[in-house]
Amino acid sequence: MQVNENILEFKQVALSFGETEVLKNIDLELDSGQFYTLLGPSGSGKSTILKLISGQLQPSSGQVIFDGKVINDLPAEKRRVNTVFQNYSLFPNMNVFDNVAFGPRLKKMPEEAIEEKVKEMLALVKLAGYENREINELSGGQQQRVAIARALANDPELLLLDEPLSALDYKLRKVLQTELRTIQRRLGITFVFVTHDQEEALAMSDWIFVMNDGVIQQQGTPEDIYDEPVNHFVANFIGESNIVPGVMKSDYVVHFVGKDFENVDAGMRPNEAVEVVLRPEDLDLTTPEKGKLVVTIKNQSFRGDYYEIMAQDDDLNLWQVQATNPAVIGSRVGLTFDPEDIHIMRYNESEAEFDARLEAYEDDETPTDPSDSADKVPEVFDHE
Amino acid sequence: MNSTKKRFTEAYLGVYGLWLLAFVVAPLLLLLIQSLNVPGQGLSLANYRDFFTSGPYLAMTVNSIWYAFLITVITLGISYPLALCLTKLKHRQFWLLLVILPTWINLLLKTYAFIGLLGKDGLLNQSIEAMGFGSQQLLFTNGAFLLVAAYIELPFMVLPIYNALLDIDPLLPAASRDLGASSFQTLKKIIWPLSMPGVKTGVQTVFIPSLSLFMITRLIGGNKVITLGTAIEEHFLVTQNWSFGSTIGVVLIIAMALTMALTTDRKKKKRRQRK
Repeated sequence: MQVNENILEFKQVALSFGETEVLKNIDLELDSGQFYTLLGPSGSGKSTILKLISGQLQPSSGQVIFDGKVINDLPAEKRRVNTVFQNYSLFPNMNVFDNVAFGPRLKKMPEEAIEEKVKEMLALVKLAGYENREINELSGGQQQRVAIARALANDPELLLLDEPLSALDYKLRKVLQTELRTIQRRLGITFVFVTHDQEEALAMSDWIFVMNDGVIQQQGTPEDIYDEPVNHFVANFIGESNIVPGVMKSDYVVHFVGKDFENVDAGMRPNEAVEVVLRPEDLDLTTPEKGKLVVTIKNQSFRGDYYEIMAQDDDLNLWQVQATNPAVIGSRVGLTFDPEDIHIMRYNESEAEFDARLEAYEDDETPTDPSDSADKVPEVFDHE
Repeated sequence: MNSTKKRFTEAYLGVYGLWLLAFVVAPLLLLLIQSLNVPGQGLSLANYRDFFTSGPYLAMTVNSIWYAFLITVITLGISYPLALCLTKLKHRQFWLLLVILPTWINLLLKTYAFIGLLGKDGLLNQSIEAMGFGSQQLLFTNGAFLLVAAYIELPFMVLPIYNALLDIDPLLPAASRDLGASSFQTLKKIIWPLSMPGVKTGVQTVFIPSLSLFMITRLIGGNKVITLGTAIEEHFLVTQNWSFGSTIGVVLIIAMALTMALTTDRKKKKRRQRK
């Protein structure tokens, strides 16, 4: 059963151009019918992964497995994968109908079936009746819809979308995000969506791969990645974060900005140096007496649905706060948050180690077992 | 600021207009008048009547068009794959320079070089003999004429096609492959139609001058192929009948204008669509 579900797999896939390593030993698995997002800054290797799936590039090492078969050297035209390109890449010498019919015609489908298919696809992307338009008569949003219809007309098992919405304006982007999600659910095709826009990724995906420097930094559901970023990069890249250095005094007690706080993380060595993440929307303003931290309001800007406030504590750490009500610049206020709002990140902890630790203390009431901590003690000396 | 700029533009256009008037419009008018000015008859259409009722001249016209067509087809057949390869090379500017380089050399010199290559004791015949075959008549054949003409016209065909191919978004062929087209299908359905503007320009720049070739027809073709170009040369230099020579010139100009009109019309339409 598991084998059938898994549609695409990367096994230790690496790619380098000369001296430059673009991808470093990537392992990933995609199940059918899911909406995946590859999220990362430009140059992180996310588009490279798409090109390896579509066949535009071949890996330097490792295996790309599609439906249980290694397809490293299978040419692009033989893969049941289609791509929606960033700049649409519609054929300017053809009208909308011929663009969408391009794939079905190559498959030598009968002309009637092709016509039906094109109509169906154009209706799906809400462009019914646009068959005879020329490409240059269409707006950017319409062109992208045609590009989506053209790719889907080929009945792919996997649809790759390479930053398809990045050239569109904010409103249109929102609309197309929802539509893409609806189309994906209706057709049940696996989508792999590439974007550098974390908001877009969080809104659309079933599962996100966060990429940086040719490595998958973290993968998981949008909620997992947002709530439990595994390292500094992910915490910074996904959403806004306040990140300060701290020390895990013992399980469930963390020390930062000169105070001890109760929290919900465990499984670290006693007195291990960690990074503490607090999301701006988890911080609330209160009176200095009630505050867990006391800060001075430095700056604030109105963002429509909230105020973005920058405050500074007495150790000169800056705190970003999102508040529904405005504050007075220069005033002293308190900041409160709940124990579960504190997220702890260990230095150099990989995703696998992070998951293992999480399971260890979530499943078990006793946070660490002795053999585990015995293993970890020598590590302290190694580091120092 | 603006008015000086405007004045400069006007002055520039004035000089350019004068130039056009003196060196394009005036000669054309002179040619036209000359063609109508039949010795002993004053202004008359007699030359044109003679031209269009004379079998040999009409045969020459057909010949000119036929050979210009052959030269264009051969040049295109060689140039298109060549241009396609050039766009895919790493140091393509360098290789392109090598293709263009022969245009820096005088036409007559290149023609004489071919005489040396193709002649009875030329390099080619020497190699054929060294391989044990008899010496062949290469020079003064239609094949030799076509070869040399195509060689000379090649850069003028390669350049516009090369530029048109470079203009094609490289993601379009990638999209075509992605949708299931083989590389040949991609060439046929995407690359060839999109490079059409370059092909048309190339065809124009090769076909039109090929209509009036005369030096190569004589030096390489041995005057076996007599085109309108040869006829004009004969009338101006040998028989001294400038009037009839001008008539043939005017006919050629009209033929060229027709070719231009037929090939550019479609292009304009496309451009309008693009807007």
